[in-house]
Amino acid sequence: MAGILVVAEPQGTGFRRVGLEILSKARELKESTGGPLAAFVGGSGVADQAAQLGAYGAEKVFVADHEALGSGLAAPHVDVIAKLQQENDFSAILFGGTAQGRDTAAALAVRLGAGLNSDSTDLAAGGSGLQAVRPAFGGQNLVTSEWVGGPQIALVRPNSFQATESGGSAEVVAVTPDISEAALRAKMTARKPVEEGKVSLEEASIIVSGGRGLGAPENFAVVEALAASLGAAVGASRAAVDAGWYPHPNQVGQTGKTVSPNLYIACGISGAVQHKVGMQTSDVIVAINKDEEAPIFQFADFGVVGDLFDVVPKLTELINQRKG
Amino acid sequence: MKIAVCVKEVPDTTAEKRIDPGTGRLVRDEGDRMLNEFDKYAVEEAVRLKEAGAADEVILISLGPEKAVESLRQGLAMGADRLVLVSDPAAAGSDYLGTAAALSKVLEETGAELALLGSEATDARSGVMAAALGEASGRAWVTSANSLAVNGGSITVERQSDDGVDTVEAPLPAVVSVTKAINEPRYPSLKGIMGAKKKPQDVTSLAEAGIDAAAVGEQGARTKVVGVETPPARTAGQVVKDEGNGAQQILDFLIEKKIV
Repeated sequence: MAGILVVAEPQGTGFRRVGLEILSKARELKESTGGPLAAFVGGSGVADQAAQLGAYGAEKVFVADHEALGSGLAAPHVDVIAKLQQENDFSAILFGGTAQGRDTAAALAVRLGAGLNSDSTDLAAGGSGLQAVRPAFGGQNLVTSEWVGGPQIALVRPNSFQATESGGSAEVVAVTPDISEAALRAKMTARKPVEEGKVSLEEASIIVSGGRGLGAPENFAVVEALAASLGAAVGASRAAVDAGWYPHPNQVGQTGKTVSPNLYIACGISGAVQHKVGMQTSDVIVAINKDEEAPIFQFADFGVVGDLFDVVPKLTELINQRKG
Repeated sequence: MKIAVCVKEVPDTTAEKRIDPGTGRLVRDEGDRMLNEFDKYAVEEAVRLKEAGAADEVILISLGPEKAVESLRQGLAMGADRLVLVSDPAAAGSDYLGTAAALSKVLEETGAELALLGSEATDARSGVMAAALGEASGRAWVTSANSLAVNGGSITVERQSDDGVDTVEAPLPAVVSVTKAINEPRYPSLKGIMGAKKKPQDVTSLAEAGIDAAAVGEQGARTKVVGVETPPARTAGQVVKDEGNGAQQILDFLIEKKIV
């Protein structure tokens, strides 16, 4: 068993940042675990961008190009990566915690009879290779896990590591995708892409969220404007989603998404446990709420007690001015 | 057609929880327990398919402690027909592999052509079980369904992917996880709640369910917890009253933190 394989998901002509974040971390881990650092790129029409991963530390990039690998469905990826594992015997296979990453990692783990540590926010050398740290209950506990046997498969939460370039270059190896009939049973037949420029909640480095304090669905425009000025994604509390003010995929909290952005701005959100456990692992939390007793002020790094309809548009204007 | 819905008992989402530092497992005897909120969408979808005539039986399947029956009964109150709960001390400490192996075996026994799951559980938050079960059961699988239609021997799903909403078609038998966008789960009626108590609730051991004990529990796990820490809780930072310059103060703070 030797080397780490990082699965980097292509996005447009580049890569989802989480893949680059993991590669950057894996460069450091490799000092202890030894072996080469390899990357896998699976997609449709992605051969040209594979070499970019060399700049983040991949020494070898395996690239598989096939229509089915660009469908968003994971089963074809499982076939290709399982074969790659058979041929290369990597000690660890690391995935970003995207929808496709989760699906691929889970099915691959079952296929290989290998352990999966999900939702990792840190990886370290230790035990028989790697150790993975994951927050439990929204960061109330930090659980360190190891693997029994290999390969050691981990899912890494976006924004856990900094993506930094190493200035290296990679050998690109084309892999012939050998995809089984079984992996092609589910077929993607149509795609409605997300709006251009919209940032996914889990991958966003800045999130601006709105809650009950917005009072009405149209008032989310205030939150959206601030998000646009910061290049941020928009989140919503359970109260706002349950009231039908904002769509389900944007819900942050125990029954929504768990996020760890660099900056989380909560507008009109009280900060009940339900919400807190979904965002308290954010690096910096800013809260705006008119109720000075709101629990969110007990764990926000900076809080403003005031009317969000005054503060938020002003902040948007200040940020837009600053950008020039 | 029969539909199996994989359900899980979880700690009450509104309560604070903790992990036993000795065993690395969730402390299970504390506070209220409930049916995983995400699972209600899968139960609702199955019951609707039955009501629409597309299915004739809805079976809840689960792996967990015996007293989970109390929480899982809510699925029966919503309209599922029966519950099969695998409960065995030897299954404690199962990881994804063990859970997928156990559920796969129970699924096979039910003869259900369609297996539905919630998109994730509110305790583990991993969202990996549908893919793991799909692979373990050898079925076609589709995750994150915003809508689901059964057409004879196949299904059509509107799927929330990383890049948008995709239409996916798959043959039955299949495993599908559903998102919260798929429906609005019903509140059980009083009649439903009363009736649920009389519905079959089978609690079986690993041996009775034909599950290989070596594949589940701690002995089957391929991951192990080696440490649990309680990091210092986040503390209150600076809180100011807006006196017209609140926005400027936030900006100054963000500049100081080098965020903008």
